[in-house]
Amino acid sequence: MNIIITGLITGSMLALLAISFSLIFGVARIVNIAHTAFYMVAAYCIFSLTGKFGLNPVAGMMIAVVVVTVLGLLAYKFLIDPIREHEAAVLIATIALAMIFQEAVMLIFTGDYRTVSALIEGYFIVTGVKVFYQQVLTFGVVLVILGILWVLLMKTKLGLAIRSTAEDREVANLMGMNDSRLAMITMGISVALAGFTGAVLAPLTVLSPYMWMEPLIMMMAVVVLGGLGSIKGSFVAAYILGFTEALVVFMIPKGAFLKGSVALSIMILVLLLRPEGLFGISFEEER
Amino acid sequence: MVAAGLYLKRFYTVVRKEVLVLPSRIIVALFFIVLLGMPLISRNPYLIRVIVLTSIFAILAASWDLLSGFTGQMNFGHALFFGVGAYTSALLNIHLHLPPWGSVPLGAAAAVLTGLIVGIPCLRLKHTYLALTTMAFPIILMGIVFALPDVTGGELGISGLQRISNSLIGNYYIYIVIMLVLCTIMWKITDSHTGIIFHAIREDELAVKASGINTTRYKLLAFCLSGFFAGISGGLYAHYMRIAGPSTLEVSMSFSVVIWAVFGGMATIYGPVAAVFILFPLLEFVRFWPEYRTMIFAVVVLLILLYMPEGLIPWVRDKIEKGCPRCKIRNVATRKTCRVCTAGLD
Repeated sequence: MNIIITGLITGSMLALLAISFSLIFGVARIVNIAHTAFYMVAAYCIFSLTGKFGLNPVAGMMIAVVVVTVLGLLAYKFLIDPIREHEAAVLIATIALAMIFQEAVMLIFTGDYRTVSALIEGYFIVTGVKVFYQQVLTFGVVLVILGILWVLLMKTKLGLAIRSTAEDREVANLMGMNDSRLAMITMGISVALAGFTGAVLAPLTVLSPYMWMEPLIMMMAVVVLGGLGSIKGSFVAAYILGFTEALVVFMIPKGAFLKGSVALSIMILVLLLRPEGLFGISFEEER
Repeated sequence: MVAAGLYLKRFYTVVRKEVLVLPSRIIVALFFIVLLGMPLISRNPYLIRVIVLTSIFAILAASWDLLSGFTGQMNFGHALFFGVGAYTSALLNIHLHLPPWGSVPLGAAAAVLTGLIVGIPCLRLKHTYLALTTMAFPIILMGIVFALPDVTGGELGISGLQRISNSLIGNYYIYIVIMLVLCTIMWKITDSHTGIIFHAIREDELAVKASGINTTRYKLLAFCLSGFFAGISGGLYAHYMRIAGPSTLEVSMSFSVVIWAVFGGMATIYGPVAAVFILFPLLEFVRFWPEYRTMIFAVVVLLILLYMPEGLIPWVRDKIEKGCPRCKIRNVATRKTCRVCTAGLD
């Protein structure tokens, strides 16, 4: 039971992160290493808003998401957009950005471990295992957000534009889509989702300035396993890896050290059999 | 006597006609002379330590460039080779009491093997997939290191390694000479026939395939070569610090390598080396504000990239030199005509 709950929570977190990461990768071909750094910033925002200023947690969450989105858009406009043609430079720029966020958080909040109080206290017991309401809430909210994202991508005009640009940037451009504006909007959505993940997850994890590293690796693994740019793939892969981690942690002694290794080994094994990921379509080589 | 005089004269001519005509060559020559003459000026142990560490990482950054810069196979897990080299030479040194001149090459051999193990499955992947997958390998190894603390020392690592040389200056010269020789070899490799094929793979793999070249074999070769040099630098690092710990496998290590190489300019070899020699001491000497160190590092990298997305060194090189439009030979930017074919420049 513990395994199921932990797996579901980790999986949902990875799903949200991975989907938002692959959104911006699909549209703008930006590998945003700083993605999980935004998630960290959101978590710390909530920590300071609810802890220091005594705001209502829901209001704190809203403000955190807005702050992170604005930060993301500013970073995109001034740091990433000017060098977008140089893929390697963009990569380094996002790494540097993540380091800056890490250091800034370190300076403001120091390196101590922090916790955020839950939205709803209390728990109920299923088959002898405590299930916190916060965990149920997080899971529910993640599902709702994923649903909204799906509607946005599949049913609206903006979604159509995003999907077509992800598929073929040049042709989408010829059909009259404003490429750079679309990239900007997608960056906004993507960062907002990262911030949102941080917001819903903050009460369940321990905050530290280095908390962005681990989800970053797992998120990348999910994206690769599911197939770049495939939302369904990211969703399935996130839960596969989430459950694997949970299984390893609870079943194997010293599993906490090995959880990353096992999950990543699974990713590599799958890639050996299917180089384009579980649900990926092999992109036609861009030349 | 006469023969020696002739050689001297010939040496003088070569220096005057081949080295002194281009500012970049003068800078490289000065770099060699300054590094080799350093102990004559100062024997400050701290300064020497910084330079030795810088040269170890210069080898590492150049080896990343050999693989990722030249063949375009983005490797985000370069710490894997470094860590394998460090741990192998540490284990050999501690348990088999192998002296450093035996353990470092064997560590490099282990890194080559790792290059093969990683390369064979990964070469089915391309671009971003490859970059993200290679990132996973050092983390997998790190998990294993933590899970087997009896063999690897877990979080503390393996300590108490033998030094290569016990004298400060001897150690310095060994590291500096190894660094200069290895970097020259790497530069020569990229300048050779193989290097041209590497470069062609990065530009257009399909075209290279169409020319009847087995690209997979060359990419694998790049993985092995890069693993070899990175493994040597890992072994040297372990013997210098006298410890091989999990920090050699960290994600931030892989990221630093990428940052150095891209900052200095990819696909040049001298770019990453120069970048390490600029960034690493900079980071060391910004000690007056320890808490702002990483911040300053990140901001410097970000600002430089904003204005010179090709990297620092190619940008500088383009400012002080320009290529002849007819014979493609490089000239000082102040010349009006080419020094070889006398065609008008610009």
